[in-house]
Amino acid sequence: MRVIVDLEKCCGAGQCVLLAPKVFDQRDDGIVILLDEHPPEALHKAVREAACVCPGAAIKLEDPA
Amino acid sequence: MTHPASVLVVGASVGGLAVAESLRRDGFAGALTLLGAERHPPYDRPPLSKKVLAGEWEPDRTRLRADAALAKLEMTTILGDPAVHLDVLGRAVTTASGRRLTAESIVLATGLEPRRLPGQAPWPGVHVLRTLDDAVALRTALLAASQVVVVGDGVLGTEAAATARAMGLAVTLVGPQTTLLASQLGPQIGGHLAALHTGRGVQLRLGAAVESLVGDEARVRGVRLAGGEVLPADVVVVAIGSRPATDWLFDSGLRLGDGVVCDSRCRAAEGIYAVGDVARWHHEGLGAALRLENRSNAVEQGAAVAANILGKDRPYTPVPFFWTDQYDVKIQVHGFAGADAQVIIVEGSPEAGQFAALYGSAGKVTGVLGWNMVKQTRALRQHVVEATDWSLVNSLRKS
Ligand SMILES: Cc1cc2nc3c(=O)[nH]c(=O)nc-3n(C[C@H](O)[C@H](O)[C@H](O)COP(=O)(O)OP(=O)(O)OC[C@H]3O[C@@H](n4cnc5c(N)ncnc54)[C@H](O)[C@@H]3O)c2cc1C
Ligand code: SF4
Repeated sequence: MRVIVDLEKCCGAGQCVLLAPKVFDQRDDGIVILLDEHPPEALHKAVREAACVCPGAAIKLEDPA
Repeated sequence: MTHPASVLVVGASVGGLAVAESLRRDGFAGALTLLGAERHPPYDRPPLSKKVLAGEWEPDRTRLRADAALAKLEMTTILGDPAVHLDVLGRAVTTASGRRLTAESIVLATGLEPRRLPGQAPWPGVHVLRTLDDAVALRTALLAASQVVVVGDGVLGTEAAATARAMGLAVTLVGPQTTLLASQLGPQIGGHLAALHTGRGVQLRLGAAVESLVGDEARVRGVRLAGGEVLPADVVVVAIGSRPATDWLFDSGLRLGDGVVCDSRCRAAEGIYAVGDVARWHHEGLGAALRLENRSNAVEQGAAVAANILGKDRPYTPVPFFWTDQYDVKIQVHGFAGADAQVIIVEGSPEAGQFAALYGSAGKVTGVLGWNMVKQTRALRQHVVEATDWSLVNSLRKS
């Protein structure tokens, strides 16, 4: 799985950090920081959920199999 | 667990899409149909009053998913064809064009319709803001305007005022409350928001009732307040709230009462569920019926309903979250704020333009609000989750 974040769409909600703190962090202004572009299998479910609930629709996943 | 053979989602926006995506993510392999009244594929509303209205984003950027991502959901998508009738027992929906769609489970995700002023004439220059088409029309109007009156002191009205003001227009905001967002955030924080708007040059007319719009054959000319004063305007934005889009359900037999009334599983009847702005469900944690109008709820409730459709049977008990961006201020709220709650600022200060405040009632923390304080707000959310005792709040103060 490859995670892509769109910094311009991110609205700083931090829902992604709550769901997958090993993959996402936030700058002081709230904009997302991608910690792990290729998260391990065990985190895929949490990352998929983060992509789904992200209020900015800012998280995209490639080959989400 | 037995999955239904087919699911039909009515309303092709963020809530409906969340149901579809969550169903597939949870392994639903049956037939899936998404039906929407608008001709646009699912798009995001929060940018409409912000980046789209300001002209920073092309309308197309609001699309929630690219075609390829939608195609992967392997669903039948029908757009531009509103549902007009629901047959609860027959699990069937009839559309305006005469389609009859049946499914074992049906999800209602039809959102809201903006309220209009009584007797609101369809004059050019009078706008509401709910859809992408509304936003594009309002932007076009604002580009040709010099004086705007925004009617409404809630989230949408204040955002529209902020954006119009940042475009350089003369903006007056009229609302019935004593301060901005008073019912959502209480008088103290609402007061800070009012000061922000005044500081940026918005004229506030608070505690004022609108009597009527004023116009001639050509267009709107202003807004008349109770008492007779007329505020001149070449564009009027009516942002006085919305009501659940349930007109089409009037003869369905479902219980309607400021939304589709659901149980704690967001189920309105056997095989019928509701999601998002239109859904009023029983929040077991609060022991009360609740309807939320925010984006995070639409997605989380969508995921919860998908799980329940697939047999999970879990109550939906979220910690609500919403945000608003006005000028360079980002306000975020986790949990419940509310007009009557106690409020204590625990970090930062309004003077510094950055703070976090806790809300409490009945002796417990119920909410946290951040004003340009994103990370601290996220950390303080834990006190909402744990319902920290209000007596401990003073010891959390860092300011
Ligand atoms: C301008 C604006 C700014 C906002 N900003 C924020 C913000 O900053 N933060 C935040 O948390 N929330 C914000 N919101 C609220 C958020 O957008 C909503 O909570 C969210 O869109 C709700 O999603 P939904 O899917 O329940 O309903 P909606 O997004 O309203 O979607 C309902 C869909 O159903 C369709 N429909 C209606 N009737 C029928 C029918 N009979 N048949 C078929 N389809 C039908 C509609 O056309 C619509 O596409 C904003 C809303 C607006 C309008
Ligand atoms: S959930 Fe989305 S919008 Fe929120 S911080 Fe993460 S990427 Fe940004």
